[in-house]
Amino acid sequence: MSKKILLEKASIPGIKTYEVYRQNGGYASVEKALKTMTPDEVVEEVKTSGLRGRGGAGFPTGMKWSFIDKKSGKPRHLVCNADESEPGTFKDRFLMEYIPHLLIEGMITSSFALEANLSYIYIRGEYMWIYKILERAIKEAYAAGWLGKNILGTGYNLDLYVHCGGGAYICGEETALIESLEGKRGNPRIKPPFPAVSGLWANPTVVNNVESIAAVPWIVNNTGAEYAKIGIGRSTGTKLISASGHIKNPGVYEIELGLSVDEFMNSDEYLGGMIDDRPLKAFVPGGSSVPVLPANLIYKTANGEDRLMSYESLSDGGFATGSMLGSGGFIVYNDTACIVRNTWNFSRFYHHESCGQCSPCREGTGWLEKVLHRIENGHGREEDIDLLWSIQSKIEGNTICPLGDAAAWPVAAAIRHFREEFEYHVRFPEKIKNRDHFVAEPFEKVRHLVAKQTV
Amino acid sequence: MERLHIKQEINITEALMERINELLSHYPADKKKSALLPVLHDVQDAHDNWLSIELMDKVAEILEIKPIEVYEVVSFYTMFNQRPIGKYMFEFCQTSPCCLSGVENLMDYTCDKLGVKVGEPTADGMFEVRGVECLGACGYAPMMQLGDFFQENLTKEKIDQLIADCRDNKVTLHDK
Repeated sequence: MSKKILLEKASIPGIKTYEVYRQNGGYASVEKALKTMTPDEVVEEVKTSGLRGRGGAGFPTGMKWSFIDKKSGKPRHLVCNADESEPGTFKDRFLMEYIPHLLIEGMITSSFALEANLSYIYIRGEYMWIYKILERAIKEAYAAGWLGKNILGTGYNLDLYVHCGGGAYICGEETALIESLEGKRGNPRIKPPFPAVSGLWANPTVVNNVESIAAVPWIVNNTGAEYAKIGIGRSTGTKLISASGHIKNPGVYEIELGLSVDEFMNSDEYLGGMIDDRPLKAFVPGGSSVPVLPANLIYKTANGEDRLMSYESLSDGGFATGSMLGSGGFIVYNDTACIVRNTWNFSRFYHHESCGQCSPCREGTGWLEKVLHRIENGHGREEDIDLLWSIQSKIEGNTICPLGDAAAWPVAAAIRHFREEFEYHVRFPEKIKNRDHFVAEPFEKVRHLVAKQTV
Repeated sequence: MERLHIKQEINITEALMERINELLSHYPADKKKSALLPVLHDVQDAHDNWLSIELMDKVAEILEIKPIEVYEVVSFYTMFNQRPIGKYMFEFCQTSPCCLSGVENLMDYTCDKLGVKVGEPTADGMFEVRGVECLGACGYAPMMQLGDFFQENLTKEKIDQLIADCRDNKVTLHDK
């Protein structure tokens, strides 16, 4: 069994309630921080821990905290990003649903570190029942004296509220989230200024993922140095992985970073191998935005080293032969899955979710969807594959937020690793008419047709 | 544009106004606009799950903002409906992991059973089927959202049961 930090107590009966959470050591980090530490000492512990942002970007959390402007004298805010919507990702939901007080404890301790007196949890609107769970848990925390004025008699004041979105993936981008929290459309802002200087209502603001904030109580209770001992290299600590697709045991797992992909995929403690024992075809390790990898690059890197569940190992080889840990949205595909259909599906998602501010993304995601749709539906042309490559290359790096990159990368990776499958769709339109075309006849059985055909 | 003229009875009850005031208390007094999204959810829930122009104007008045500030938000976010919708809206997630588990075939099944196309309410206004993007339940696919809750690991049998339960008024839509 690997180390559990976040989910250690999640299976205790009644842990959702304040009483049981408190009886099991809950809110100890608030007592320790407020009574025995200065805010900057808490920041230092988080820096020492090596904790990296768990939303996807992997930026060091302690460093992000140290950028917050404490000199201007403006009110400061901590905003928790619970707008979990990256396809393949459903880990934060698990934490909030089953152990809501852990997030609230983390929010209090982290707000103290940032010297913030008004903080928010921004949750996606579709998680409405969890919004209600958090609302009730926050009320319990107020009633028990962990929120409000003069907490534990230390003079520290904090108000914490939960705020719900309205259904928009883009609000997971931190400046779009702030706009949305201000009651506006979720249009990302041009940076700089960064939120640490001018965020919510132009006040210094830090936006952190749910899982990042939930790790803070353990770090404060056990020290950053202890946290840094868990994991591997610069991938310290544990990570929640939400696994889906063609595997035996889909669900949310807490792993120690550095676990091998092979063990995660195939051991009974984790995913238990492929469903129906069909062949592994591809995986997306960190949410729909990160590059898909073919079977031969999953368990081993291009250098022949074991592929590990860590920031470094999953990105080993760059985009040519690697991917990213991202959000931990781990999607597994067997030989019945169609890469073209899946790529079209992702492109439809990004087209739907583009806010429309930047033309390369607004127009480009639409073209990606359109061209992929026609290839998947048997109307593709040979030159469409190069056209797709060209469109994605014109989006990447040319937008004010990373949604453009997120839309481009899956298309680029699909063509890079599965070009023959696109060629098959273009050349044999009569064979892909049924949406489940590879269920009856997996691509491996027809691959030779592509090789023989000359154009 | 005919739909814009569908009349909606506006009823901001005392309980709803109390909830709106509670939501407003979560933000600084001069930042009432920040409450817009949470307020719209509660107002929509109390008005058959849709927002007419008149109702949006009423929200603008309560929050002391311009009507256009409400319209642009309502049209941006997918959860706000600008026309009457089926009472029981089956919102199937159709993004990759749900597709791998056959949600498209399940949506076809549901539409056939109800005799509708995606996005069209049944004649009695009871049901509507819609395809939406990733709802964050990829490990429990296929799934749908129904009101405030998720229905997960769906099968044809579960769909049959759910439709029967809706008809028997056994399904709770909102957690209030």
